[in-house]
Amino acid sequence: MLCFHVCAGEIFELKAELNSDKKEKKKEAVKKVIASMTVGKDVSALFPDVVNCMQTDNLELKKLVYLYLMNYAKSQPDMAIMAVNTFVKDCEDPNPLIRALAVRTMGCIRVDKITEYLCEPLRKCLKDEDPYVRKTAAVCVAKLHDINAQLVEDQGFLDTLKDLISDSNPMVVANAVAALSEIAESHPNSNLLDLNPQSINKLLTALNECTEWGQIFILDCLANYAPRDDRESQSICERVTPRLSHANSAVVLSAVKVLMKFMEMLPKDLDYYGTLLKKLAPPLVTLLSAEPELQYVALRNINLIVQKRPEILKHEMKVFFVKYNDPIYVKLEKLDIMIRLASQANIAQVLAELKEYATEVDVDFVRKAVRAIGRCAIKVEQSAERCVSTLLDLIQTKVNYVVQEAIVVIKDIFRKYPNKYESVIATLCENLDSLDEPEARAAMIWIVGEYAERIDNADELLESFLEGFHDESTQVQLQLLTAIVKLFLKKPTETQELVQQVLSLATQDSDNPDLRDRGYIYWRLLSTDPVAAKEVVLAEKPLISEETDLIEPTLLEELICHIGTLASVYHKPPSAFVEGSRGVMHKRLPARTGSGESTESPDVGTIAGGSGTETAPSIIPSQGDLLGDLLNLDLAPPTTTGPPPPTSGMQMGGMDLLGGGLDSLVGSPMPPRHLGGDIGGSAAMGAGFGAVPAVMPASLNAPMGGGLGDLFDLGGGVGMPLGAYIPPKTVWLPAMKAKGLEISGTFARRAGVIQMELTLTNKAMSVMTDFAIQFNRNSFGLAPAGPLQVLSPLSPNQTIEVSLPLSTVGPVMKMEPLNNLQVAVKNNIDVFYFSCQYPISMLFVEDGKMERQVFLATWKDIPNENESQFQIKDCHLNSDAASNKLQASNIFTIAKRTVEGQDMLYMSIKLSNGIWVLAELRVQTGNPNYTVRKERIRIT
Amino acid sequence: MIGGLFIYNHKGEVLISRVYRDDIGRNAVDAFRVNVIHARQQVRSPVTNIARTSFFHVKRSNIWLAAVTKQNVNAAMVFEFLYKMCDVMTAYFGKISEENIKNNFVLIYELLDEILDFGYPQNSETGALKTFITQTGIKSQSKEEQSQITSQVTGQIGWRREGIKYRRNELFLDVLESVNLLMSPQGQVLSAHVSGRVVMKSYLSGMPECKFGMNDKIVIDKQGKGGATDEAGKSDLGGSGGGGGKQSIAIDDCTFHQCVRLSKFDAERSISFIPPDGECELMRYRTTKDIILPFRVIPLVREVGRTKLEVKVVIKSNFKPSLLAQKIEVRIPTPLNTSGVQVICMKGKAKYKASENAIVWKIKRMAGMKESQISAEIELLPTNDKKKWARPPISMNFEVPFAPSGLKVRYLKVFEPKLNYSDHDVIKWVRYIGRSGIYETRC
Repeated sequence: MLCFHVCAGEIFELKAELNSDKKEKKKEAVKKVIASMTVGKDVSALFPDVVNCMQTDNLELKKLVYLYLMNYAKSQPDMAIMAVNTFVKDCEDPNPLIRALAVRTMGCIRVDKITEYLCEPLRKCLKDEDPYVRKTAAVCVAKLHDINAQLVEDQGFLDTLKDLISDSNPMVVANAVAALSEIAESHPNSNLLDLNPQSINKLLTALNECTEWGQIFILDCLANYAPRDDRESQSICERVTPRLSHANSAVVLSAVKVLMKFMEMLPKDLDYYGTLLKKLAPPLVTLLSAEPELQYVALRNINLIVQKRPEILKHEMKVFFVKYNDPIYVKLEKLDIMIRLASQANIAQVLAELKEYATEVDVDFVRKAVRAIGRCAIKVEQSAERCVSTLLDLIQTKVNYVVQEAIVVIKDIFRKYPNKYESVIATLCENLDSLDEPEARAAMIWIVGEYAERIDNADELLESFLEGFHDESTQVQLQLLTAIVKLFLKKPTETQELVQQVLSLATQDSDNPDLRDRGYIYWRLLSTDPVAAKEVVLAEKPLISEETDLIEPTLLEELICHIGTLASVYHKPPSAFVEGSRGVMHKRLPARTGSGESTESPDVGTIAGGSGTETAPSIIPSQGDLLGDLLNLDLAPPTTTGPPPPTSGMQMGGMDLLGGGLDSLVGSPMPPRHLGGDIGGSAAMGAGFGAVPAVMPASLNAPMGGGLGDLFDLGGGVGMPLGAYIPPKTVWLPAMKAKGLEISGTFARRAGVIQMELTLTNKAMSVMTDFAIQFNRNSFGLAPAGPLQVLSPLSPNQTIEVSLPLSTVGPVMKMEPLNNLQVAVKNNIDVFYFSCQYPISMLFVEDGKMERQVFLATWKDIPNENESQFQIKDCHLNSDAASNKLQASNIFTIAKRTVEGQDMLYMSIKLSNGIWVLAELRVQTGNPNYTVRKERIRIT
Repeated sequence: MIGGLFIYNHKGEVLISRVYRDDIGRNAVDAFRVNVIHARQQVRSPVTNIARTSFFHVKRSNIWLAAVTKQNVNAAMVFEFLYKMCDVMTAYFGKISEENIKNNFVLIYELLDEILDFGYPQNSETGALKTFITQTGIKSQSKEEQSQITSQVTGQIGWRREGIKYRRNELFLDVLESVNLLMSPQGQVLSAHVSGRVVMKSYLSGMPECKFGMNDKIVIDKQGKGGATDEAGKSDLGGSGGGGGKQSIAIDDCTFHQCVRLSKFDAERSISFIPPDGECELMRYRTTKDIILPFRVIPLVREVGRTKLEVKVVIKSNFKPSLLAQKIEVRIPTPLNTSGVQVICMKGKAKYKASENAIVWKIKRMAGMKESQISAEIELLPTNDKKKWARPPISMNFEVPFAPSGLKVRYLKVFEPKLNYSDHDVIKWVRYIGRSGIYETRC
């Protein structure tokens, strides 16, 4: 924040003028003060002098003083009290303008003492004879609620406000509705607005009479109402449709929102339904002749509407043609909508336009236009050939970014129409050298790999990429690996050397876990069973779906309920950008009550068709994702595990020590897991986590189950990392609790050292420095082994990853739950506290392998009460794989026996504080459920 | 709702800053300056999210107006409000410029206090505001005057005050249309539409009830069926149509000033209202069918080798020979590597403007059904730029004295039951002006 210091002389001069006897001089002085205030100069020193000017009958001067008060009262609460008397007096003034001014200003002063005095005048003003005062007082209740919600409830202002909904003056009604809507948002469950057919009727009447802004408040409020049946829904729609002719675009959009929402309830065979659909198109088109900023808002909303109900605008393609002088943000949005509306009927026109756009100046726009041509090809099969030839024309221009963009989309066309357009590959290969963007390079490599058998020099082409392997981006590296493996499987004789080379580059010389894992998988596949490898790697790929870049259906429904608002502009739910509880409520479209026909309109059937993963179309990610994913991991098997049966309780005293800690793992294992895809940064990881069945026994009786379950779960995924299980990062400290500092993290055990891995994000607007960290005493004596290494200051919106080594020699105190850790983080702004829970597996030490003999003896010694048993469900690993997997997390297999087709594994674990855990694991071949029968604990 | 409103000059210095909500800190002022005004790249969106704070901005000449919020506000409303704010300021002190804003900052704060309360837009009709927010300081108001003000600000007819008196009751109607065209080089219409406005300036006494009629296809067809043409004959204000004898026009969509009773329009398609005093935009409309395109542009561009272009452009006027088009301007874009241009034109003046990369051809007046031609030779510098010249479209500006949509005003009737003047006593004027909007022909 910039602060200009006003020199003492200037302040002194102003002070003298403020105390002058002459009214004009006084006023000029206050004006100067306000001017200084505006540019950020600190003029708070003049507080008493300015307040002295308040007692005046000059309305203009009074307003200026009030403006000053609103700015500085908070910093000078004691002196602000001097103004109270004048305020209270003004609230009694015979002039309604002054009464309203006083109550309006008082509500803006966030000083407790003033707020106390506000209640009485506010009560009077809410019942004032003049509507101007009442409408101001209505908003003032919302202000007061923002300062002190309890006070508003205690004083009964909410009831008075509700009464104002029946006021005779439309503007009072509108403001009361606005205030109530805002207050209701922070009490999601209260029935504050109490919308019922009677009150709705009042609102609809007021709608015809109030100002344009009031109409917006009322329409936005109406949108939250749930009509009882389709009749009521229709009658509301009928009364709202005239608003579509309003000159104010916001009124139009809010009316569209109400109609889109209530239409859901109308039976589709109703005549009125069709009429309504027809009425919606013209006003939406008219919005496009508004000013560019509003056009942008309108287009973002039309984008949603077109996805939800494509039939509304299907004949209006032409109005979305881009004009040469449109601002770039309008052009890009129009382009998006053009593709959504493209159909067989209009494709010729669309293609002609797109080709025109591809020669424009703005690089982003040109790229998007080229991409759009590809999307048309995928969407409208009849046009595919024309699209491909258009793309080839564009490639001939040799404009670098056009060529690259074209290659990326041609790759998608190949996937949609296999064995149709491969004749163009030769042309593509000519441009190999000019590709310098990762996405284009990856696309080209995919093409070479996929059609290796038709490209004579495929090995040479791929080899040329291999030279700079380590300088490539991950996307290209992964693609190159896959492409060369494909090539090898197709032409094994000539390419053995090449495949060896790429596998060793990927597995030995790379730090990237994704790449390494994929490398290892291929390597093992190829070395153990080349036939299987062929089946897996060269498997027939499912066709990609025709619709691209669609918004996920539940999100779309929510966004439709937010038409006109910021959420619909960002295409994000309000919770993604609004802090606190406000607006986090999820809105849903109402269900149709009409006849038993399908709720989906036929045109959008493919979009909203099935809710299950099986039928959902696989959507092409718009950018930056892996192409032709190895094994097509995104098609995860459906997870259909029922709730696990409760396991018998054999938990004993000795177990408590571990049990308590593990409970917490059992308690909330699911949410962090879904974050897997994000931290893994690869589809492979994401699929691995996504496919994990819910095996956790949620009962408290099987504490260890959670821990082991977690470890096993990873085995279910395909892109498993080698090494110990590391839970995905979770947010420990949200930014709003820590003045903009967000901390998320996880724990890992690497090479015998426990690491706390933190991600610090600065979401504030100022720089953060001087970080330090400290732990409270905890169950296993965890303590930082070094200072928190944040070397450079953290600037706004910057994120830093820090790894903090931990020791287990700190002070010990039993925590509840056992694995709870309380942490304090300090920076230049403040000290923040949070607590987190570490996975118990992190404490398993490397020398936990017990001698066979010792194990046998100990096993017998353990008293029965220290024993417990539970099942792990749906783990598809055989006993050896499980054993290897567990070993990575320091759970050691001591012995293995096979009895009646069951594998029995005996295992030991040692905790960092010397506690031993012994376990028997039974694995029945072919049965995905494991039984862990015994689990014993001894303290050494 | 709107958390704060800032006005900046082109350098990013704050001229006006008014914060309405506690969640907007003073650092928001700087955040916008740093991330938007001083941003290195061109602004890619009128809505920007910085650290969970959303900024809406509009620019007027070199002044930035920004509204700030941390909530999920109605985005359309915020922009509508910002435009309204500009209108109000223009109505009070003329052009929005740094100097005017600095000179009127006290007034602006007073307005902002009135038209935005806790971030909720309140009555922002200039007519109403001017009754009690004045630059001349306090007017001592009587009790009646005060209650008149407050009832007007909050009332059902917030845009007009009672007790207005004129010696001569007079009204002016302007039908202003902008005709938009995108044509292919072969003369095929890719898209064409007219966006029109009916602007009304009224000097009428009392609270007059007005009824406005035009040759709307839906209304005419309905009347045709009923056989009744009661109003049409008598008070036809007469149009001076240019195109032809079209009886009625199909209006795609129209929107109205808030004084028009929308529910009545929805039910009966009749336009009735009590107008604000002085000027107001009564309605906006859009038509796409049977548009009279006043001009046709026929381009011919030939590339002669790598360093020369030959351009020939013919314009044809397509309306009644008795009418005159004015302010005709044809803009022919030239490549960036143009080194010299020779122009020959039959009519008007043509000039190559290097700074605008275009040949600008101006003709003061041109009658209907005429034709004119320009030819130019463009010398090019040889470049090794791979990218071809994008060939921007040829654009055109003009003004014609008729409505290209074919819209005609049929009547505007005034009733004021309380005062003793009738519809016949009101002097009414109608004017039609058709201007070019984006009128482009690809070449």
